[in-house]
Amino acid sequence: MNLSFALTSLEQGLAFALMALGVFITFRILDFADLTVDGSLPLGAAVSARLITAGVNPFFSLAAALFAGGLAGTITGFLNTKLKIAPLLSGILTMTSLYSINLRVMGRPNIPLISRETIFSITEDWGLAYPWNNIILLAALIIAAKLILDAFLNTQLGFALRATGDNPQMIRSMGISTNSMKMLGLIISNSFVALSGALVGQYQGFADVNMGIGTIVAGLASVIIGEVLIGEHSIVVTTLGVIVGSILYRFSISIALNLGLAASDLKLLTAIIVVIFLSTPRLKKILR
Amino acid sequence: MLVIKDLTKIFYRGTSNENTALNNINLTVNEGDFITIVGSNGAGKSTLLNSIAGVFPVEKGKILLNGKDITCQTEYKCAKNIGRVFQDPLSGTSPEMTIEQNLSLAISKSNNLSLKWGLTSYKRKIIKKHLKKIDLGLEDRLTTKVKLLSGGQRQALTLLMATVADPGLLLLDEHTAALDPATAIKIKKLTAELINENNITTLMVTHNMEDAIKMGNRLIMMDDGQIIYDITGKNKDNLTIEKLLKMFENKHGSKFNNDRILLSV
Ligand SMILES: Nc1ncnc2c1ncn2[C@@H]1O[C@H](COP(=O)(O)OP(=O)(O)OP(=O)(O)O)[C@@H](O)[C@H]1O
Ligand SMILES: [Mg+2]
Repeated sequence: MNLSFALTSLEQGLAFALMALGVFITFRILDFADLTVDGSLPLGAAVSARLITAGVNPFFSLAAALFAGGLAGTITGFLNTKLKIAPLLSGILTMTSLYSINLRVMGRPNIPLISRETIFSITEDWGLAYPWNNIILLAALIIAAKLILDAFLNTQLGFALRATGDNPQMIRSMGISTNSMKMLGLIISNSFVALSGALVGQYQGFADVNMGIGTIVAGLASVIIGEVLIGEHSIVVTTLGVIVGSILYRFSISIALNLGLAASDLKLLTAIIVVIFLSTPRLKKILR
Repeated sequence: MLVIKDLTKIFYRGTSNENTALNNINLTVNEGDFITIVGSNGAGKSTLLNSIAGVFPVEKGKILLNGKDITCQTEYKCAKNIGRVFQDPLSGTSPEMTIEQNLSLAISKSNNLSLKWGLTSYKRKIIKKHLKKIDLGLEDRLTTKVKLLSGGQRQALTLLMATVADPGLLLLDEHTAALDPATAIKIKKLTAELINENNITTLMVTHNMEDAIKMGNRLIMMDDGQIIYDITGKNKDNLTIEKLLKMFENKHGSKFNNDRILLSV
C-alpha cells in the first residue's frame, strides 16, 4: 500500500463523510430508514455540476446543492407526515422521482468537470499543492459541518430531535410535534447528503445520474464501522466516529480492490459486510 | 378548572364492532381537585384521559381547560398544559438521553423550542434542585443515560418531568401498576408530595381501591362509559373498600370485575 493510494482513500472518505453523517441523522437519531439518500447524493452532484458549467462559482454551487438536498428531504417528510406513507416507501418514492429530476437538472446523464473550475482547482490556485489542497479543503469543510451539527444537537431543538427517534410518545407529552421533528431531521440529513454529492462530483471530476446507487448501504457501513470502533459516547465523539468510519470504509474498499476484487462485486461485498455487522449484536447473544 | 360536557367517544363507529367507550360524560373538575378514578376493566377510564389529552377526536361533547376549548386538538398541542404519566415506566422518558437532557426538555416545555443551548449551568442548577426533591440521589447522576435507571427511578423521573413545568392538569393512568409493591408505595408518596407542593389539579386512574379512597379529595367510579358515582368531602372520608364494592354492585347488578383489582396493599 503506497502513499498516494492511502491519500486517495482519505480524500474519498472525507468527501463521503457528510453523506454518512446524513445517514446517521435519519437512521440513528431519528430512527427513520430514509432511502431518499440514493437520490439526494446525485442530486447534489447534478445541481453543483450544472451550475459550474453555467459559470457559477463552485463554492456557491455547494450552497445550492445543500438547499436542493433540503428540498428532497422536505418531499420525503411531506409524504410520510402529511400523506401518512410509510417511511421506507416515502424515501423510495422520492428517490425514484429524483432519478428523473436529476436527469432534468443535468440535461444529460453525465456532466464532466475535468477542465472546469472546481473548489479543488481554486484552492490549488491559492498555492496549495495537490494533494494538500484536496485534503485540507475537505477536512475543513467536514470539521465545520460536524461542529455545527454537534452544536445543533445540543440545543433545545436538537434535544427534541434526538428524543423523537428515541421515544416519540415522550416528545408528544412534552408538547412537541413529532411530525415537525421528523421533517426537520429529514431536511438536515438530505442537505448533508446532497452537499456530500456535490463534493464527490467536484472531486471525481464528473456528475453522473447513476452515482447514487448503493449510497445508503455505504453510508450505513460507515456509521456501523464508527459505532463498532467507538462504542457509546457523547454526540461529539459519535459524529467523529461516523467520519472516521467513512474514511475506514473507503480504505477497506481500496484494499479489497487492490487485492484483486472486481469493482463490479463491490456493492455485494459491502452489503454482506453490513449484514454481518448488523447481526453481530444478535450473534453475540446467540453465542453467549 | 376542567369542564367536560356531554363527552361521547365511540370506537369503530358504524361497523359491527361499534363500541361506545364514553357515554355522555359530564364532569367539572375544580382548581386543585385531586380526583381518583376507579372502575372495572373497559369502563372507559383510560379513554376519558386520552380524550382530555387529545389523543383522538371525540364524537360529541366539549372539553374546556381553564375556559379554553381543547376538544379535538392534537395530542402535542394539548400537552402544553397537561402532564401525563402512563403505566409503562418506559413511556415517559427518552432512554438514550441523559437524566439532565430529559429534564431539560421538560423544563422548557412551556417555551417554544429554540436554538438556545439545551443545558446551561443555570438550568443544571434548577434540574439539581428538582431532582433533590425526589430523593433518589439522581442529582449526582445528571449525565447518566435514563435507560440505565430502574423502572421505579424512571417512573419517579417521569413524574417529576410531568410536574416541573407546572401543568394546569395532571393525568395519571395506573402509573404505579407496573412497579413492585415497595417501589409503588414510594412513587405514590412522591405523587402526593409533588401534587400538593404545586397544588396541581389531578385525575388519577387506579385499580387499587385503598389508594383511591386514601388519596385525593374526590373519588369517581366509572362503569360502561359513564360516571356512576362522584364522591367528595365527608362521604369520601367515610368510604371503605366494602362500601365502595357494595355501591358498585347496587348500580351494576353484579360483582366488580377488574382483573388487576387490589383490595389492599
Ligand atoms: N384505541 C382504541 N381503539 C379501539 N377501542 C378502544 C381503544 N381504547 C379503548 N378501547 C375500547 O374502549 C373501551 C374502554 O377502554 P378503556 O381502555 O378506556 O378502559 P379502562 O377503563 O381504562 O380499562 P382498564 O381498567 O382495563 O385499563 C374498551 O371496550 C376498549 O376495548
Ligand atoms: Mg386503562
